[in-house]
Amino acid sequence: MKVNRRSFIKSAAATSAMATAASLFPGVSFAGWKKLEGASGMISWQKAPCRFCGTGCGVLVGVSGDRAVAVKGDPNCSVNKGLCCIKGYHSVQALYGKDRLTKAKVRKNGKMVTVPIKEALDVIAAKIKETIDKHGKDSVAMYGSGQWTIPDGYVASKLFKGCLGTNNVEANARLCMASAVTGFMTSFGIDEPMGCYEDIEHADVMVTWGNNMAEMHPVLFSRMLASRKRKKDVTIIDLATRTTRSSQASDKSILFIPNTDLAIANAICYEIIRNGWVNKSFIKNHTTFHKGKTNIGYGTEDHFSFKDKPEDISFQDYKNFLKDYTPEKVEKISGVSARDIKYLASLYGDPTKKVTSFWCMGMNQHVRGTWINNLVYNIHLLTGKISTPGNSPFSLTGQPSACGTVREVGTLTHKLPYGVVMKQKAREKAEKIWDLPAGSIDPKPTYHTVEMFRALDRGDIRFMWIQVTNPMVTMPNLNRYRNGALREDRFVVVSDVYPTPTTDIADVILPAAMWIEQEGMYGNSERRTQHFDEIVPPPGEAMSDTWQIIEVARRLGFKKQFPWSKDDYIGPLWEEYRRFHDNPKHNMASYKVLKARSGVQWPFVNGKETRWRFNPKYDPACKKGSKFDFYGKKDGKAWIWARPYEPAAESPDQEYNFWLCTGRVIEHWHTGSMTRRVPILHEAMPESYVEINPEDAMDLGVVNGEKVKIVSRRGTVTMKASINGRGVPPRGTVFVPFFDESYLINEVTLDAFCPISKQADYKKCAVRLEKV
Amino acid sequence: MPVLSYVAIPRSGAKNELLKVLNSMEYCEAFPADNEDILVLVTDTPDKNTDKELHAQLENLPTLESLSMTFGYNDEQPLGEGDGYEGQ
Repeated sequence: MKVNRRSFIKSAAATSAMATAASLFPGVSFAGWKKLEGASGMISWQKAPCRFCGTGCGVLVGVSGDRAVAVKGDPNCSVNKGLCCIKGYHSVQALYGKDRLTKAKVRKNGKMVTVPIKEALDVIAAKIKETIDKHGKDSVAMYGSGQWTIPDGYVASKLFKGCLGTNNVEANARLCMASAVTGFMTSFGIDEPMGCYEDIEHADVMVTWGNNMAEMHPVLFSRMLASRKRKKDVTIIDLATRTTRSSQASDKSILFIPNTDLAIANAICYEIIRNGWVNKSFIKNHTTFHKGKTNIGYGTEDHFSFKDKPEDISFQDYKNFLKDYTPEKVEKISGVSARDIKYLASLYGDPTKKVTSFWCMGMNQHVRGTWINNLVYNIHLLTGKISTPGNSPFSLTGQPSACGTVREVGTLTHKLPYGVVMKQKAREKAEKIWDLPAGSIDPKPTYHTVEMFRALDRGDIRFMWIQVTNPMVTMPNLNRYRNGALREDRFVVVSDVYPTPTTDIADVILPAAMWIEQEGMYGNSERRTQHFDEIVPPPGEAMSDTWQIIEVARRLGFKKQFPWSKDDYIGPLWEEYRRFHDNPKHNMASYKVLKARSGVQWPFVNGKETRWRFNPKYDPACKKGSKFDFYGKKDGKAWIWARPYEPAAESPDQEYNFWLCTGRVIEHWHTGSMTRRVPILHEAMPESYVEINPEDAMDLGVVNGEKVKIVSRRGTVTMKASINGRGVPPRGTVFVPFFDESYLINEVTLDAFCPISKQADYKKCAVRLEKV
Repeated sequence: MPVLSYVAIPRSGAKNELLKVLNSMEYCEAFPADNEDILVLVTDTPDKNTDKELHAQLENLPTLESLSMTFGYNDEQPLGEGDGYEGQ
C-alpha cells in the first residue's frame, strides 16, 4: 500500500495523540486504528535522541527528500519505549523557522555584515591570536553547553585546554548540574547516577524533591504513573515549594519553605535512626561519616573562593548532630508538619519498600546544592537503599548532554576528559592522547561560569566564544553580565541557529548546524550515550559546532591535533576520546556499536552495559566478593555527611516580601529560541507570566491576566499574572518561567551560588510585587 | 493545510455518540480507545480559517467534555510565521 505525504502526516498526528493518551491513561489501547507506518516508500526513518531535555528519549525522524517531516518515538529505545512528549513530537519543526541563521556575520564599523563563513573563521582565529598576544592565554574563553554534542565539547577542550593552554572552558551545565557532580564526588568519589530508569518499574515509593517531572521529564513521569497503575501499592510523593501538575498527579503533595529541604532531609535521617530503621550492616561495611565547614557564604562577591575541609566523625557524632533536626523543630523551619516528616521517614525506613528519589534543578540550583545532594544520599545510605533495582537516589539532568559532554568530556574549568587539571597524571594522559608537549596543560583552574562572566565584565577576559547556549537570557543578575559583554575591547563570538539576545551582543555570528543536521552523540541522565547521524543537511553555510572549532584550530596552527577530514571526523574523534575512559569504571562503547543501537550505557564492559553501579551483581568494576563497592573512594566506602541547614542568600524581608522561583514549562525548551519558532508550541504557550497565590493576588487587587511589576534589588520585569493556573505557589512565593526573551526575569534574579559546586541558585531570591 | 490531532474526552456515557458526530463532520477522523472513555481526533483542513471555524464547532459539541491538542502541522504557512520573530 502506498500513502502520500499528507496521509503520512495524519498518521504521525494520530500516533502523537495516542502516545499522549497513553501518558494520561497508562495501558490505553487503540486496536481499531489502522496503521499506515512503514507503508510508504517516500519516507525514510532514522534514529536519533531527542534534543529537548536530559531524559534522552529515542526518536525516529521521518525524512522526505532533504526535509525532516515527522517524528515518532523509537520503540527500540528503552528510555521511552515509543513515547514522546509534546516537544519531542514537534522537534523537527524547530529546524525550519523562517529566520534560521544560514550565513556568517561580522561586525564592521559597528554594523553586522554578512560575510562568507571562511572569512568569519579567519577573523575569529586572528582575534584569538591577537588577544593572547596582548593579554595572555587566560584572556580568551569558550562558553559551551549541555546541548553541545560530545564531539563539540571534546574539540573545545582539546583546543583551549590542550593547544592554547588555558582552562577557560565552561559550559552552561555549570548552572544546571554542577551541584549534582559535587554531590556525587563528595559522597561517592565518582560522578553520575548509580541507577537507571528501570528503577521506576522496580520502586514501591518514588519521591520527587523539588522536581516537577510532569512538565520537565514528562516521559519519565508517564513511566511512573504507568508503574503505579500496573502494580499495587506504588506511592508517589511530591515534595516541592509550589503546587504543580506533578503535585496533582502524585499521591501526596508536601510543600516546604525554600531552602529548608536541608532541614527536612536531616529530620528524615533523625527519624530513621530514632526508629531503628538503619541498615546496620550496610553502614558498618559500606559507609564512613564526615563533616565539613559551615557558614560557607554565597559567592555574590567577585573572586569569591572556598575550599571545604572534610573531617572524619563517628556515627555517634552524627547522631548528636541530628538532634537539632527533630521533626518538631524542623516543622518550625520548613513549614512541613512533623507528621508529614515522620511519614516520609517511614517510607524511606520501611525495609519492605524499595524507594527511589528523583531531583533536578530544585536541588541543584541551590546555594547549598552540594549539601542537599549529600543529604538525600545520606537517607539512602542509612537505609542501604542504593545501587539495587528500585532503590536509587537519582539525580536527573536538564539538558540532552549535560552528562555526556560536560561531565564526561569535562568541559568545566577544572576538568579534563579523564580527571582534573590539578592532577599531573590526568594532564599527562591528556597531553599524550592529544599529542602535545609535556606541560601544555595548565594545572590551575581559572573561572567557573559566573566568575567567567564577571571576568569578562572586569576585562580579565577579552575574547569569549559562546556555542549552543543563550547566556544573555539565562545568566542570573543579567544586567551586569550584558553590560560587561558590551564593554569596549571585548570580542564575543556566538554560534547559534537563530537570532537571540546573545547574538545581539556578538561581534561575529556563526550559523550552526542544529541537532540532526550533523553527526554526533549525546549522553543522558542514566549514563546512556546516544549516537545520531546527519539526517538532513544544514541550511546555507551552517556548520557543526565541532567543525567550526576544528577550522579555527587549524588556522591557529594545530592541524596535527585536528587532522580529520570533513567527510569522516566523528568516528575517529570518538575513538580518540574513548581512550580517556579505557577502564572498567567508565569504558564506553565503540563507534560501531553506538551507530547500531538506540543508546548504550557505560560502563560498557565485554559487550555488556552496566545498569546498576557499585553492586557486583551488575557492575564488573566492583571488587569480587564484596556486597557493594563504592570504588570512587579509596576504601570502597560511601560518605555520610553531617551538613546543617543554612538559609538562602537572600530571603524575603519587609521591603522585598516574596520569594521568586524560576523554571521551565512543558511546551518550551530553555529560552524558547527553538520551540517558540514551532507555531503549535508557541500558540500553546505564547508568553511568560508570573504565578501568584490567589490570596496574595487578592491582597494586591490583581486578577488573572493583569500586569504585575516584579522588583528586586537588581532589576524589574512587568508581566501578566497567572492565578490558579497550571502551577500555584503558596502564599509569599511567586514563580516565573524563563523561556520568554520579552520578559527577562534573570534581570531580577541573584547571582549567588553554592560555594562548592559554583552553581547559581535560580530558585530563591527576594522580590516585591506592584500592581501596574 | 493544517493537520492537527487531539485527545478528546466525551461527557459521561457519550463516547459512542461523540464518535459518531465527529466522524460525520467534514475534515474530521476520530477513533476510540478500546478500554478507556477517550477518543483520538485528527483534523485535516484546507486552510487556517477553516481550521478555526472547525475548532469553534468542536468546542460547541454537547457530547464533548474536553479537547487537548497533541500535534500540529501546517504546510500552508511558512514555519515560524506568527511567532513574533519575523525580520530579526
